[in-house]
This record gives sequence, structure tokens and C-alpha cells, in this order.
Amino acid sequence: MYASIVFLPLFGALIAGWLSLSHRDRAAELVTVSFLLLSLLFSIIAFAQVAIGGQPITIDLARWIVSGDFEAMWRLRFDTLTAVMLIVVTGVSSMVHLYSVGYMSHDRSRARFMAYLSLFTFAMLMLVTADNLVQLFFGWEGVGVASYLLIGFWYQKDSAHTAAMKAFVVNRVGDFGFALGILAVYQIFGSVQFDAIFANAASAAGTTINFLGRPMPALEVAGILLFIGAMGKSAQLGLHTWLPDAMEGPTPVSALIHAATMVTAGVFMVCRLSPMLEYAPLSLDIITIVGAMTAIFAATVGFTQFDIKRVIAYSTCSQLGYMFFAAGVSAYPAAMFHLTTHAFFKALLFLGAGSVIHALSDEQDLRNMGGIWKKIPFTYAMMWIGSLALAGFPFFAGFYSKDMILEAAFAAHTPVGMLAFWLGCAAAFLTAFYSWRLLIMAFHGKPGASAEVMSHVHESPLVMTIPLFVLSIGAIFSGWLGYELFVGHDMARFWGDSILILPEHTAMENAHHVPTWVKLLPIVLATSGVVLAVLCYAVWTGLPGAAARALSPIHAFFFNKWYFDELYDVIFVRPAVRIGAFLWKRGDGDTIDGLGPDGLSGLVVRVSAAASRLQSGFVFHYAFAMLIGVVVLVTWYYLRFGGL
Amino acid sequence: MIANWPLLTIVTFLPLIGVTFLLMIRGDEDVVARNARNVALWVSGFTFVISLALVLNFDPNALGYQFEERAEWLPGTGISYHLGVDGVSLPFILLSTLLSPLAILASWKAITHRVREYMIAFLVLETMMIGMFASLDMLMFYLFFEGVLIPMFIIIGVWGGKRRVYAAFKFFLYTLLGSVLMLVCMLAMYIDAGTTDIPMLTAHSFAASMQTWLFLGFLASFAVKVPMWPVHTWLPDAHVEAPTAGSMILAGVLLKMGGYGFIRFSLPMFPLASEFFAPLIFALSVIAVIYTSLVALAQSDMKKLIAYSSVAHMGFVTIGIFTMTEQGVAGAMFQMISHGLVSAALFFCVGVVYDRLHTREISAYGGVAAVMPRYAVYFMFMMLASVGLPGTSGFVGEMLVLVGAWKASSWVAFFAATGLVLGAAYMLWLYRRVMFGKIVSAEVEGMERISRREVVIFAPLTVLVLWFGVYPASLLDVMAGSVQSILDSVAAGGAFVIAGR
Repeated sequence: MYASIVFLPLFGALIAGWLSLSHRDRAAELVTVSFLLLSLLFSIIAFAQVAIGGQPITIDLARWIVSGDFEAMWRLRFDTLTAVMLIVVTGVSSMVHLYSVGYMSHDRSRARFMAYLSLFTFAMLMLVTADNLVQLFFGWEGVGVASYLLIGFWYQKDSAHTAAMKAFVVNRVGDFGFALGILAVYQIFGSVQFDAIFANAASAAGTTINFLGRPMPALEVAGILLFIGAMGKSAQLGLHTWLPDAMEGPTPVSALIHAATMVTAGVFMVCRLSPMLEYAPLSLDIITIVGAMTAIFAATVGFTQFDIKRVIAYSTCSQLGYMFFAAGVSAYPAAMFHLTTHAFFKALLFLGAGSVIHALSDEQDLRNMGGIWKKIPFTYAMMWIGSLALAGFPFFAGFYSKDMILEAAFAAHTPVGMLAFWLGCAAAFLTAFYSWRLLIMAFHGKPGASAEVMSHVHESPLVMTIPLFVLSIGAIFSGWLGYELFVGHDMARFWGDSILILPEHTAMENAHHVPTWVKLLPIVLATSGVVLAVLCYAVWTGLPGAAARALSPIHAFFFNKWYFDELYDVIFVRPAVRIGAFLWKRGDGDTIDGLGPDGLSGLVVRVSAAASRLQSGFVFHYAFAMLIGVVVLVTWYYLRFGGL
Repeated sequence: MIANWPLLTIVTFLPLIGVTFLLMIRGDEDVVARNARNVALWVSGFTFVISLALVLNFDPNALGYQFEERAEWLPGTGISYHLGVDGVSLPFILLSTLLSPLAILASWKAITHRVREYMIAFLVLETMMIGMFASLDMLMFYLFFEGVLIPMFIIIGVWGGKRRVYAAFKFFLYTLLGSVLMLVCMLAMYIDAGTTDIPMLTAHSFAASMQTWLFLGFLASFAVKVPMWPVHTWLPDAHVEAPTAGSMILAGVLLKMGGYGFIRFSLPMFPLASEFFAPLIFALSVIAVIYTSLVALAQSDMKKLIAYSSVAHMGFVTIGIFTMTEQGVAGAMFQMISHGLVSAALFFCVGVVYDRLHTREISAYGGVAAVMPRYAVYFMFMMLASVGLPGTSGFVGEMLVLVGAWKASSWVAFFAATGLVLGAAYMLWLYRRVMFGKIVSAEVEGMERISRREVVIFAPLTVLVLWFGVYPASLLDVMAGSVQSILDSVAAGGAFVIAGR
């Protein structure tokens, strides 16, 4: 049963892929959706047995890469951390599968789409059930490929396949770090197996390894390299540029991959490696700082964007930052808690946005929306629930998890913890602001769309609204339901051995005993964010434009995403192609060929022409070459035996 | 019973028997062409089936060489007819016997003039390749090693593209110059050891100073074949001008001769020199990985791009070999087999669209995925295997090489790993420009879907790439014992082997 959780989606993908060749779309939808629901059912049972029942198990499948003492096996690992991810992945994935049946109903290659979705789910499940770093890397790259295929699903669109390629290549930059991290871990522990790593982490704490010519603290090297991988996959500052562009994919993809599951893989990895990272304080500090910077960076960009999906994408980026800085202050349970609640409400927001886009005949620009809340009341309500949960209003999911993170950052009582706390608070304010900006611009005010489009605005079919409803249940109750297990009294028993927190890292403990103002601040900030958004976009509608003009350099900086894309284009992309062309023409062409074969043949031709016009080229060349051989032989003999 | 047959001799020379059949065909040109194609396909297919008997009877746990055959050749000289395989050479023989029928099938429609001569060249080529991997006598090895050049030279020079003469000449000049130096070294070895028997030469210890010269002489030959930077420039030209099937064999098997030579000769026979020169090899290989990846980015010709990517991938191979670790050498072996399958498939991918549009210019294509959906799947899969996606064979080799490289020096691993990023960049960019986007022209729109013959070529390669990616143990286990014994003889030669560190 455990193995079938992982492999059912793979079979679904294979069958759907096969069906897609003959365009049997309905059959493909039936197969993938039912397999996924079955996988969800098994995941729930697994969650009950493994996480609630406290019985982690591993399943051996086969030998994979075995050479000398390097051993990477195909083996599935089910512990609490995995079980939580199983619920998140199969839960959101099955809802997205169902939703896609409606959302993609006008598309010509639905079967292919369903195959990709199931393939993604398989890779993601392999990732979360990995028992060693190499298998984790398998899932890691697998989700990357699925994401590449899905972003570029409408491959006739130039923007879509450009974004797909960008996503893959930027992720590869992260994977570069990941791969080196695996090598470092193998050197330190002589194994890539999690159990072996975790058992020996404490004793490896003080050791150094030689990295790039100088001795460095072993676990820090491994930790930072692996975190570079996590930065790529989870779109953290510096390697985030692919995520907004990834919105070119169909909206269900954004909900599943670029909000709920794949992008959280980095957070999962950091939590998975907690038994190692706990002994790498510098790595943890770096994780905290990068997370906090991302949280604020993405929020500042998010409130200037006009594409409804990009706003939510930056919001995702920002929320991932929260998860990372929670992990960075050793509050891994809080990070996982936020990961779980976020999966529900962010998927809800995306699918809600998809419903809006669907209703408005594929319009994504917020400026062309508005005035539709009475026409699609259900979607409107869902977006409210999602936004309330995202902003962290009391008793919605985000309230429990996000506050927990901010409290833990504060309670860490370290300089980086405080930095994360204040940046996180500022981001919380912006989050509420851009969420209500989105709500108001999308649903209220004067209609921005043409009369023709407005006449077609309709509520989505049942197959799309049911998943929204299910996710909204999660967005409302998952925080309240999970609180005690994830971060409350039952925390230690619930997580068992899957997460390690050293006794001296007390952020998680102290988070329950922070001053009242720390507990209240996020709610106050969120409320004021909402009020400001209402004032700006519903009351004094001229204000945002005026503010943008008055602060135009700052606005331009935010609006252009801090110019990361332009910067990378100038320092990486264009030089790479230019250097390539230079090396080709000047290096290969002029230098190597010029001095080598062409020069030699030119010389030969000239010499041979001078010597005799009768000799044919090839024979002469052969002789010439033989001659050189003889010369070398004679020289060698001379040197070796001291004379002939 | 079958084990008592001279299996290796049969496998090696079976294609030559096919050549005699081809010579006997009579009739007008169409009939000859049709029969020549069929005979060549049947003979090479039959050779492949026979070569499977080698796999079935091979014992991966046995030490030394298997299926050994020895006969007097030049009595009293220490030169004999000596064949045999171990875990290092066996996979290459299978690679040769598998790719040959596929390559012949790939030229089914593309070659229309002098078909009989073309098929003769291919079957001779097959014998030469198999013989080279099966030889356990240095003189025989040399004859086969050089013999490979001749049919390939003819294939490029006669059935190649517009600049075929330039390309064939460049190919010949490069490889010949290297080979001459190797021959000189072989003479010196023969004088020193009094035999050309490879197992005996492996056991013989050459003086340290002599090793240096011998190593350099062999390097001159093998480096060109691999090809290593900066003696790689013949490869893009040769590939561009060669017919599709020629490129498949060139990339699939001929490039592996250099790597095989390093493992069979340089490492076990000149261990001290190998250790001494390892940093040089690392430097050249790392340059190859980065330099040729960047150059690949700048290409506008599909075949040239894949040719440059081959140089980059072979850079991984040379790194792996000279780490002198178990993972490094096994990884290099694995990478060679994997690259043999993947690059052959990729060159065939180019061939498929070339047959339809008669251009290799990337800019002439666009939106092909919409016209040829099944082809898009195969191309996508091979493209991902080429960038080393886990679950395909491309990943296993790269990963093991990196493991070995890290043991040798984290710098080497660091630079080699940049290949992960650059490789993804140029391959994905190629795929994107050719396959995605809007259909650019009426010609592209009119391209036919792939035929059954083309599927028959893709299918076995796809299955193998996937199989070796998911269950690489099936190949690693075959090689492990031989790799270990080669490293043992390196260590016995006094070189410092990292595996024991």
C-alpha cells in the first residue's frame, strides 16, 4: 500500500500519456483522477499509521547506483515529515487534477496535460519519500522536468516556452550547489543515506574538509551547498527569477507546482536535514537571512504588479521566505506547519484566480477586471477565505502558522532572528495590503473588461468549484486542527525522530512565551494593511497612481522586480553566448585550426608545392607524419641510451 | 557447448563475411541497392544476436579475461593472435554490435547512390570496431584501431556533405598524427618487454622515465580520439559533413576508443606517469567541459551543437578515468556507454528532420513538436538524458564521475559540475528553437510524422537509456570486477590510488 501511494500517479501518467497519442481525453482524465484519489486515500491511512500512530517504516525497492563504497538505493522512507508531505501533495494534487478537468475542458491536449500532472505528482512523491540524498535529487530533478513541461504546456506561445526553459536552467544553477552538496556529504559521512548522516552528524560537527583548496568546517560546507539547491527550487532571493515567469503555465499548474508543492521542496529538504543542519550554525544563519530578505523583497514587488497570477506568485515567494527563516531559527515544526497551511490557502487563491480568469475569458490583467463580484459570488467568497488565511486573520489557517513563525523568530533572541522578525512583520503588512488590493481590483469598482466579455462572465462548473470548496475547508480549519500536533503540546511525540532540534536552540520552546505585543503586532499590521488597501483602491482611487508618480524611482525599482532579470541578462546570459561565439570563431577557428590542421596543411601544401608538384597530398602527408615519428623515436633513443 | 566456440572471432569477422555476400550481388542498380541494404541489416543484426551470447555466458565475478582465444601468428616474436574480453571491453562490443544495425537502418532512405559500397564500408567498420575492443595483443589492437579510420574516412569523404573533403582530411590528419606517435611508443614497449601481449604488458613494469614518454605518445593518439581540448576541432567538422549513420557510429563508438585506450593501456601500464599527468588531464578536461559548452551555445547548426556537446561529455569521461578511483573509472565507463546510446540517438534525431527538410540550420525549424508529436517525445527524452536527468543513464555516469572527481580535488568537481548548468542551457535552447513555438514555414508544416522504421531505431535506444538509468547495477556489476583489477594493477605499479585513502 505504501509503495502504491508513490507509484499510482506514475501508472496514471503512463496510461494517460499513452491515451494522449490517440486523443482519448476523457479516459485519461478518469484514470489520472481516480488513481490520484486512491493515492490520497492511502496517504491518509499512512498519515494515521506513521504520524499519529508513530510507526515510521522504510521499503526497499532495488539497488540503484552502487560502485565501491558509494551506495544509493531505491528505498522509500515514511516518517512523520514524509507523511505530512504526502497529505499535502496528494491532497492538493487530487484537487488540482479534478479542477483541471473543468479548467482545461477547451484544450485540445487534455490527456497530455493530465499525464504531466500525474508525472509531476509521482516525482514529488519520490522526493518526499527519498531515503538518501541521491534519490531526493531524483525527485528534485523530476519535479523540475515536470514543471518545465507544464510551464511550456502551450508550447506554441513564445513566452511560455521561454519561461519553461528559464525555470529549468535557473533551477540547474541551484542543482549545481545541490550536487556538490551531495559530494561533500559523501566525503564527510562516507554515505548519502539519511540514517547514516543523521547518526554521525554530532561527531562530524567540529571536523573540517578541504573545499576548493582550503580547510573549511565540514557541515557548513555541506549545509550551504545543499541550501543553494533549496534556493533554486524554492525561488529564494537570487534564484527566484524563474517563478513569476512560470505563471505562463496553465493556472492549475501554478496552484499545484508553483504554490503548494514543488516550491516547498526546498523547505522540506532543510527540515529533512535538520539533524545535520543543527550542527551547522552558520548555514542556519544564512538560511534565516536569505529567507527574511526574500519575504520582504517579494512582498515589495508583489504590491506593484498588475498580473493577477504574478501578484500571487510573489506572494508565494514571500511566504516561502517565512518558512525558510523559521527553519533557520530551528523552528522546523513551524516551517512545516506553515508549509501545510500555505499549501491549502495558496492553492485556493490560485484556483480562485483561475476561476476569475476563466470567467473573464482568459483575462489576467487586474486593470481590466472589476465589478464582477455579484456575478461570481462563490469564487468571490473563496478568494476572501484565501486572502484572510494568507493575511493571517484570527482563526484562519495562516493565523496560526504565520504568527508561530514570527514568534519563533522573535523568541530565538539572536540578531538574525530579530532581523527576520522585523522584516517578517513588514512583509505581513504588505501581504495584507496586496491581498486586498487584488480583491478590490479584481472584483469591485467599475468593470474593466469590455461589455462583450462581461456578458459572458459566469460561475465555474461544479468540477471546478468542488475543489475550491475542499481547499477552503483546509484554508479555514487546517491551522486550528493542526496546531497542537505540529507546534503545540504534542509536537515532540508527533515529529518523533524526523526532526531534530538541539536543546540549546530554544526558539520553538520560547515562541509560546513571547510578550503580548509580539503576539498582537502581526494582526495589527495585517488589519492596517487591509485598511490602507481599502482606502487606496476603494475610497481615494487616485491615490495609488499619485503615490507611484511621486515616488517614481522607488516604484520603478519595485515594479521592475529590483531589476534582477536585467542584471542577470547583462552579467550572465549575454556574455555566455558572446564568449561562446568568441571561443568558437577565435579559439577553435583561428587559433587551434589556424595553428593546427589548417596551418599545418597550408605549410604542407606550400612545402610540397615547392618540393615537387608530382606528389599527391595524402601520401605526402603520411610521409610527413611518419617522419615526425621517426624524429621523435631517434630523439628518444638518443636521450635514453646516450647516443646511437 | 556454445562456450567452446570461438565466439569472439565469430562476432568480429561475421560482418566481413557479409561483405563477401555484398560483393556477390549482381543486377541493376535498384536491385543491388535493395539487396545490399537487406544483407547488411541481416548480417549486422545477426552479429548482434551472436554477441548476446557473450553477455549470457559472461561471468562478472571471474577474474581476468574471458572467451580467450590465442593462436600463433608470428612465432618466436611474442606476437600472437589473441582475443578476449573483460568487464571493460564487453559493454563496448555490445554497444558496437547494437549501434551498427541501427545505423544501417538509419541510412535506409538517406543513402541512395553507391549503396553497396556504403554498406561494405559499414560492415568493415563494424569488424574493425569489435576487433579493437576484443584484441588482447597490442599489434592487433593497433591494426584495428587504425583500420577503423579507413572506412570512416571513406564514409565521410564519399557520402558526406558539401565540405566533406575538408572534413575527411582534417579527421584523417588529426587521428593519423596521433597514431604515429602511438606506434613509435608501441615499438619501444615491444623492445623493452619483448612481447605485444596486453596482459603480459600490463604485468610488465616500465621504468618511470620511460613511462612518461610512453604516456605522452599514447596520449597523443587517445586525446585526439576522445577528443580532448584542444585537439577536438576535427569532430564538429567531421560530424557536420558525415551522413547521419556515420555520425551515430562516430559519436557512439569511435569517440569511446580513446577512453577505452586510457583504461586499457595508460592506466595499468603507465601508472606512475598517469598519476603524474593527471592534473594536466583534469585541466584539459575541465576546459573541455566549460569551453565547448559555451561554444555549443553559440552554434546555429544542429549537428555542430551536438558535436560540441559530445566533447563536453567526453570531458567528464577523461576526468573520471584519471581520478583513479573506483567511482571515477566506473563512472567514466558508464558515461561512455550512456553517451554512446544518447548521442547516437541525438544525431539520429537530427537525421530525422534533415531527411525531411534537408537543412541542419536551427533557424529553419520551429514548432516541429506540433507536427511530429511522437518524434517530440523521443527527442525530449534524449535531450533530458543528455543533460543528465536522474532516471536516465546520463545521470549515473555524471554522478559517479563527480564522486570520483571530488575525491581527487573539489576544484575539479566544482568546475565539472558547471557542466550541469551549461549543458542544460544549450540543450534546452536547441530543443526550444527547433521544437517549440509557432510552425515557422509551410515546409515544416508539411513534415511527415516519424515512420515505423524510425521508431524501430529510437525504441531500443530509449529502452536502454531508461533501463540503465533506473537499474544501472545491471551494467555496473559487469564492470566492477575489471575496474577493480585495473586499479589494483595501477596501485601495484606504485601509483597512489585514492580509493585506498
